[in-house]
Amino acid sequence: MEVYWAIAVRSFRRFSTYRIATLSGAFTNTVFGFIFCGVYLTLWHTRPGLGGYDVSDALTFVWLQQGLLAPVGIFGATTTVELGERVRTGEIAVDLYRPTHLMLWWLSVDAGRAVFQLLARGGAPLIVGALVFDLNFPSSPMQWLAVAVAVALGILVSFGIRYLVALSGFWITDSRGVESMALVLSLFFSGAILPLVVFPGWIGEVARATPWAATLQVPIDVWLGRNPGGVGSALAFQLVWIVVLGLAGRMATVLATRKVVIQGG
Amino acid sequence: MSVIQLENVSRAFTVTSRTGLRRTKREVRAVDNLSFTVGRGEVVGYIGPNGAGKSTTIKMLTGILVPSGGSIRVAGVDPSRNRMKLAKRIGVVFGQRTTLWWDLPLKDSFAVLQKMYGVSRARHAENLATFVELLDLGDLLDVPVRQLSLGQRMRGDIAAALLHDPEIVYLDEPTIGLDIISKARLREFLAQVNKDRQTTIILTTHDLDDIEALCSRVMVIDHGHKVYDGTLTGLRSSQSAPRTLVVDLAASLPPITIDGATVTKVDGPRQYLTFPTTTSAAPLVAQIAATYPLQDLTIAEPTIESVIARIYANPAPVTD
Repeated sequence: MEVYWAIAVRSFRRFSTYRIATLSGAFTNTVFGFIFCGVYLTLWHTRPGLGGYDVSDALTFVWLQQGLLAPVGIFGATTTVELGERVRTGEIAVDLYRPTHLMLWWLSVDAGRAVFQLLARGGAPLIVGALVFDLNFPSSPMQWLAVAVAVALGILVSFGIRYLVALSGFWITDSRGVESMALVLSLFFSGAILPLVVFPGWIGEVARATPWAATLQVPIDVWLGRNPGGVGSALAFQLVWIVVLGLAGRMATVLATRKVVIQGG
Repeated sequence: MSVIQLENVSRAFTVTSRTGLRRTKREVRAVDNLSFTVGRGEVVGYIGPNGAGKSTTIKMLTGILVPSGGSIRVAGVDPSRNRMKLAKRIGVVFGQRTTLWWDLPLKDSFAVLQKMYGVSRARHAENLATFVELLDLGDLLDVPVRQLSLGQRMRGDIAAALLHDPEIVYLDEPTIGLDIISKARLREFLAQVNKDRQTTIILTTHDLDDIEALCSRVMVIDHGHKVYDGTLTGLRSSQSAPRTLVVDLAASLPPITIDGATVTKVDGPRQYLTFPTTTSAAPLVAQIAATYPLQDLTIAEPTIESVIARIYANPAPVTD
C-alpha cells in the first residue's frame, strides 16, 4: 500500500511544478466566477428562490463550482487524459510491467493531482468571491467535515467515470469521441452550467440521479446545507456511485488486461 | 541452471483487413515454434529485422502476452499466470520510452521504485550508491527528468530497472540514439552489473557493436523462427560469408588468376579477391607472391552486418 501513497505524493509534487498553469487556471476560474455571478444575479432577481436557493446560495454556488472544476476534473483531468492517450498508443503495456494494480496506480496519481488542485485552485476563487459578495459558509465543524467528505467522494466518483472513459480506448478505435461526449455530459449533469436544483420535473429528477450530480452538485449542496434528503442520504448517494463505478472500473481493467495479454492489444 | 526456458512456443495474431464491405481475417504467426534456454548470468543478444518477433517474444517472457502454444518458464514460473509476482524479479528498459517521472527530479522516480518493489531501505541505498557511482548520476539526481539529455535519461532508466536486484533484465535497444561515448559507457556498466551480480541480460538491438561488446551468445530470429543460436564467431562462419583478399601489385594488371579465389574488382594496381571462410589464406598468398609482383596485402573478415544480412536473405531455420 505504501507504494500508492508514494505515487500520490509524487503526483502532488508533479502538479506543483506547473506554477504558471496553476496561476492562470485560478485566474480564469475567478473571471468566469464574475461572469456567472452576473448571469445568476439576473436569474435569481427574476425568479427569487429558484430551485430552493436564495441569492447568496446562488452566488456561493458559483464560487464553489469555479473552485471545484479543476480538482474534481469536470473538464477531464491531465491524469486520466494521459491514461487515455497511453491506451490509444498502446503504451499502456508498459504499465503492465509494473508490480502494481493499474486502477490503483491511476487512482493514486489522480488523488495527488486533485489534492494539489484543491489547495491551489479551490481556495483562490472562493476568497475573491467572498471579498466581493456576501457568501454562505458552513456553520458547524460537523458541516465542515461533511463538506470535506463530500468533496473527496465527489473526486472519487469523477475518477470512476474518467477512468472508464479512458479505458474505452481498448475497445473503441478512436476514443476521443467518447471523451468529448463525456465532457458534454459532465458539464451539464454535474451542475457546472446551472445548478441541477433549477431543473423542474423529471428532467431534474434524472439529472440529480446521475453519477455526475455526485461529483459537483452534491458536495456544493452539502456546503449550502441544501441536500433535499439531508447530508446522510447525499453521502450515501455518492457512495453508491463509487461502488458501482469502482466495480465497473475493476471489471474493465480485468477485461482490458485480458485483451492485451490474450489478444495482444 | 537455466532461468529462461521456452519449448515450442508460438504466438499467432488475428489480423482483420477490410476491403469495401468484406472483412477478411488472417492469422499471422509472429513467433513460430521457438525453443531455447538461457542460463543464469548469460548475456544474450536477441536480434532480427523489424517484425521478426523480437518484441512478441519479450512480451511473452514478461507475461504481458500469453503464447498460443508451447510452454514458457521464467525464473521458475509461468510468466502470464504470475505477471505481478514475476514483475518484482525482472527489469525492463525500452530505449524509446521512459518509465521515469517526467516533471520530477530523478531521485523521486528512484524513491517510488523502492516502495514499488518493496526493497529494504538499506539495500536500496546501497544499490543507488553503486549505480550513482558507476553511471555518474550524482549531479543528475536533483534535475527534473525532462531536462536530462537522452544519454543521461537512459542512464537513469537503466538504473531504475536494476534498483530492485532483478534476476533478469530485458533491454530493448538501450543504446538507440546515443553518442559513441555514452554507448561505450553504458555497455561497460552492463558488463559490470552482469559480472558482479550474475544478472541475466537479454538484449535486443540493431546496433551490432552492442552485441560484440556484451554478448557471449547471439540468437537471430526471423519470421518468428530462430535462425541462429550460438557465439558471434560461430555466426560469422555459419554463413560461410566470403572473406576478401586485397592485393596491391607493382603495376596495373588484368585480373589475376589463381586457384581458390576469384577477382571481384580491379582498381588500378589494387585487386580484390574473394574466397570462402573455409579456405586458408596462406596458400593463396603464396600462389600470388610466386606469380605476380605482390607489394602488399590485407585480408578482410566479413562484417557482422553482412553476415546477418545473408541470414535474413536466406531464412532457413538452423537446427541446433
